[in-house]
Amino acid sequence: MTTPPVRANSRRNTGPGGHLVQRIFRGVISLAQGLRLTMGYLLHPARVVTQQYPENRATLVLPPRFRARLVMVRDAKGQHHCTACGMCEKACPNGTISVLPGQDGSGKKILGKYIYRLLQCTLCNLCVETCPFGAIAMGQDFELAAYDRQALVLVLHEERQGTSS
Amino acid sequence: MPQPMPPAAFPVTNFLGDLIRAHFAPPMSDLLNGLLAIMALLAVVALTPICLIWLERKVCAHFQARLGPMRVGWHGLMQPLADGIKLLFKEVLKPEGADTFLFFLAPILPATASFLVLTVIPFDHHFQVTDLDAGVLFVIAASGLNIFGVLLAGWASNNKYSLLGGIRSGAQMLSYEISLALIMLLVVLLSGTASLREIVLTQQGTVLDWWICKFPGFGALAFIMFLISSTAELNRGPFDMVEAESELTGGFTTEYSGISFAMFFLAEFVNMFASAALATTFFLGGFLAPRFGLAALDGLLASVPGVLWFFLKSYGVILCFMWFRWTFPRPRVDQLMALEWKIMLPINLGLLTLGGLFLGLGWIAP
Repeated sequence: MTTPPVRANSRRNTGPGGHLVQRIFRGVISLAQGLRLTMGYLLHPARVVTQQYPENRATLVLPPRFRARLVMVRDAKGQHHCTACGMCEKACPNGTISVLPGQDGSGKKILGKYIYRLLQCTLCNLCVETCPFGAIAMGQDFELAAYDRQALVLVLHEERQGTSS
Repeated sequence: MPQPMPPAAFPVTNFLGDLIRAHFAPPMSDLLNGLLAIMALLAVVALTPICLIWLERKVCAHFQARLGPMRVGWHGLMQPLADGIKLLFKEVLKPEGADTFLFFLAPILPATASFLVLTVIPFDHHFQVTDLDAGVLFVIAASGLNIFGVLLAGWASNNKYSLLGGIRSGAQMLSYEISLALIMLLVVLLSGTASLREIVLTQQGTVLDWWICKFPGFGALAFIMFLISSTAELNRGPFDMVEAESELTGGFTTEYSGISFAMFFLAEFVNMFASAALATTFFLGGFLAPRFGLAALDGLLASVPGVLWFFLKSYGVILCFMWFRWTFPRPRVDQLMALEWKIMLPINLGLLTLGGLFLGLGWIAP
């Protein structure tokens, strides 16, 4: 326990007394730092991160970077930013996303249907990182169980509740 | 020799023993008193793991900013009970080709060892099953049974991981027992007696008269050495190579299940308490109330029964054990051996020499 990390130069580890005493001294200091940290956690129960989930469901605080299912970011007017470029579909390792393009009245390419298969999703966040327009995000709604497989194939652009997170 | 004590200050008998001696003739009263003492000790052995399992879980959880068990009872108070019931109902399996007798003997030995060590520990001046003149020797001899249990478990399991775990543990416990014995020897040398009760009684006076302070500076060093070697002797983290889950799948306990595993588990916790009790006895004044040289405060502290002080100090030491376990990373096996043979053994021999020197020069009175 008084041994610091092994160095590449092995002669230092088998060095004479001066080195050994030095290493013991450094080791003891670093151990004391560790002891201080853990004792700090013990003495300050407010720093506990565990949440009593089903009981505190109403007051549950999720960390901002918590990743649950994919949602579409919507602006104040309820418009999404997706241009149906399909980058997210290519980025997805599991074939979770299918972006079907459509056309507006003037023949311009717009989003036709955004299919998100929660069944296959591993919540890896690659699609969100790839999206050049910030159109999608990982939401915080994590209670996703359903009785029907079909209920887990979602059409994102038709959803109203999934706003920005 | 310990200085003569005022006879009334620390009587050996307590009211229960006196009561029985008043109603029964000598052979019968001795028998009854002995039985009562053993029953009391059994209660300690049975209740200590329950307290310690709960404490271990809660304390380790809070060291890591978690909550620990919260569901079974208030803050998980009933969790040890639930664990116990679960372990009782689990099937006891014996691997094919295992040595049946040794396989089932092994879990009993560590539990026996911890029980034997507790018999000589003075919980209070009148709570001690027996006060042996060579109590320290007895403690060292009895705790040797632990190694047997671990080695036999590893050998009898007919499993390479168990055997590796057992051998590692045998080497570790044997090595650190030398340090442990040397530190005990140091206290025996300083206090001039090997009886645990007398060792406590040589620490009378203020807190500065406890052996941790009385042997200036080096007493604290010896106490730290005692804590380190006890941790290693107990196979607790950071020295838990024996059951390093990531390497040995549980070490010598790999093949044990149900109640035979529970015996190892129980022995581990009782041993932890026994080690803490020994540290308390040797260095922290045992059952003596702490005195600071302030008349009013000392009177108040001295009014608390010694047995409470004993348990308070012991659980303080146990908190240290837990603190170490949940803070320090596990060293490699060779680092562990290097720590014992290259660092701790020389330091302890030096401490022993210094103790003799201090005693010879009359700098500390025994």
